[in-house]
Amino acid sequence: MAAEASWTRTYRRHRGLLLLIGPCLAYFLVFHYVPMVGLIIAFKDFVMSNGVLASPWNGLDNFVRLFASEDFPRALRNTVVISLLRLSFGFVAPIVLALMLNELRIGWFKRGVQTLTYLPYFFSWVILGGIFLMLLSGDGPANNIVRAAGANPISFLGDDLWFIAVLIAAGIWQSAGYGAVIYLAALAGIDPNLYEAASIDGAGRWQQTLRITLPSLVPTIIVLFILSLGQVLNAGFDQIYNMYNPIVYDVADIIDTYVLRRLIAMDYALATAAGFFKSVVGLVLVVGVNWMARRFSDDEYGIW
Amino acid sequence: MKLTRGERVFAVFNVVVLSGVALVALYPFVYTISISLSTAAEANRDSLHLYPREVTLAAYRLVLSNPDILNGFANTILRTVLGTVLTVITTALAAYPLARRELPHRGLATFLILFTMIFNGGIVPTYLLVRELGLLNSVWSLVLPAMLTAFNIIIVKNFFQTIPESFGEAARVEGAGELSILLRIYLPLSKPVLATISLWTAVMHWNQWFDAMIYITDDRKQVLQNFLQRIVIENSTIMLDLGMTDLNVTQYTPETIKAATVVVTIFPIICLYPFVQKYFVKGILLGGVKE
Repeated sequence: MAAEASWTRTYRRHRGLLLLIGPCLAYFLVFHYVPMVGLIIAFKDFVMSNGVLASPWNGLDNFVRLFASEDFPRALRNTVVISLLRLSFGFVAPIVLALMLNELRIGWFKRGVQTLTYLPYFFSWVILGGIFLMLLSGDGPANNIVRAAGANPISFLGDDLWFIAVLIAAGIWQSAGYGAVIYLAALAGIDPNLYEAASIDGAGRWQQTLRITLPSLVPTIIVLFILSLGQVLNAGFDQIYNMYNPIVYDVADIIDTYVLRRLIAMDYALATAAGFFKSVVGLVLVVGVNWMARRFSDDEYGIW
Repeated sequence: MKLTRGERVFAVFNVVVLSGVALVALYPFVYTISISLSTAAEANRDSLHLYPREVTLAAYRLVLSNPDILNGFANTILRTVLGTVLTVITTALAAYPLARRELPHRGLATFLILFTMIFNGGIVPTYLLVRELGLLNSVWSLVLPAMLTAFNIIIVKNFFQTIPESFGEAARVEGAGELSILLRIYLPLSKPVLATISLWTAVMHWNQWFDAMIYITDDRKQVLQNFLQRIVIENSTIMLDLGMTDLNVTQYTPETIKAATVVVTIFPIICLYPFVQKYFVKGILLGGVKE
């Protein structure tokens, strides 16, 4: 009774704060937690007219169907392959760009290059994909160069290998400048006294980069690397959807594009099962890598 | 500081390579703008199209007289303005109580919000929810599901926590309510972080197409990105067919129309970019370790 009274008192005293947080939590319940409950569709024989709750359960049937299908295992494989390729080729690009920008001594030139390199990040892949389709088409400028060099035109978007190469390269083109901003901020945080001391000791610029700059970036590099490992099931839906075509489905169809196709085909149960699989694996990965990031950095880094 | 010979060679090499990088970053846009201004004959010429030798605004006239594009423009502006205003207001309202240590169940509330960052229902249940709520084919389907995000709330909450509590305490002694403390004391001090969030939200709304693709089936409600998608990605020739009835038909090619549509779509961002760059950079840094 006494406890209850003190609860009421606390609530009354902080009525103002509770009135503010209440609608916010209600929003999250409706728009985030209700869809989480909706994931039970993955374990049901979902019929739209019955609704989510009244549709009969069917255990793991949807998952069995999913993994027995031809498309989903392929989509899973493609997702992981594309992500790992992005990681291998795309991860270093912003680091190198930031190091090079950091060596520039002409202010306007540095700002100019920086501004141009992160510009593409602010456009949607509908726009960027559209531009690349024009650049890489049969009679676009890329093939004009190929023809001028005396070779046969290349089907950049219709050949499996070329398509993946274009995908990775365009991805780097879009986000390297954005990534470099983060590393440049880390570079700006390096104590200038270190450089001064090193140069008094006779270290040249190259030595300074090797002994001071790079080691100072290591924590940022490792944390960003670990965090991007947590995103391995996000292979870049926006980009792929706007650049791929059925000819390259064999290498370009990823989980997200697969889910979308099932959704459009109104095969809700299978689409949800695929999405559920992705969400759960994603959760495990993010929690796992975050734990690693925190351990590595003595609790300094991590999402939470 | 005196540079050694090797360092001078590197400095030159560095400037040359970075100039190249900048040109590569810029070229796709230069090409697009150049093609959009080209006559049909000029656009069909084998060239890198760094600039148009024969200029015409015909493609722009066609694009800007297309009712779908104009309509899409209006719908995009609507979702951007409505979405940004609502996001900023609700984010501030949600972040303020979370920034205050006295909030009962603060830990639980923070956890409920943060958890949505790492786990979500995915597109199918969200689609069914939007449908159940009767939001399909309404601008609300584009605004509400993305209105409050854990990420924005945490950013603003962290900023609010840097404001000394004594500021609010003084007002509270004078009998001010929480809402008026938020409005009169916290918000004016938080302009930079709110500006950053507004800008990123606005750009997100301007660029977003996926939600509109699945929630909007009525073309009168469709947004600009999705009309653009039909033209440049799906090669819809509706606009070109429209052009065929025009006497100036030799002035267009499918490519010049695509390019002009792209330029029209990115124009607002390009215009804004030089002025708001510092907020973009700030946003990148805020989000840096998130992804």
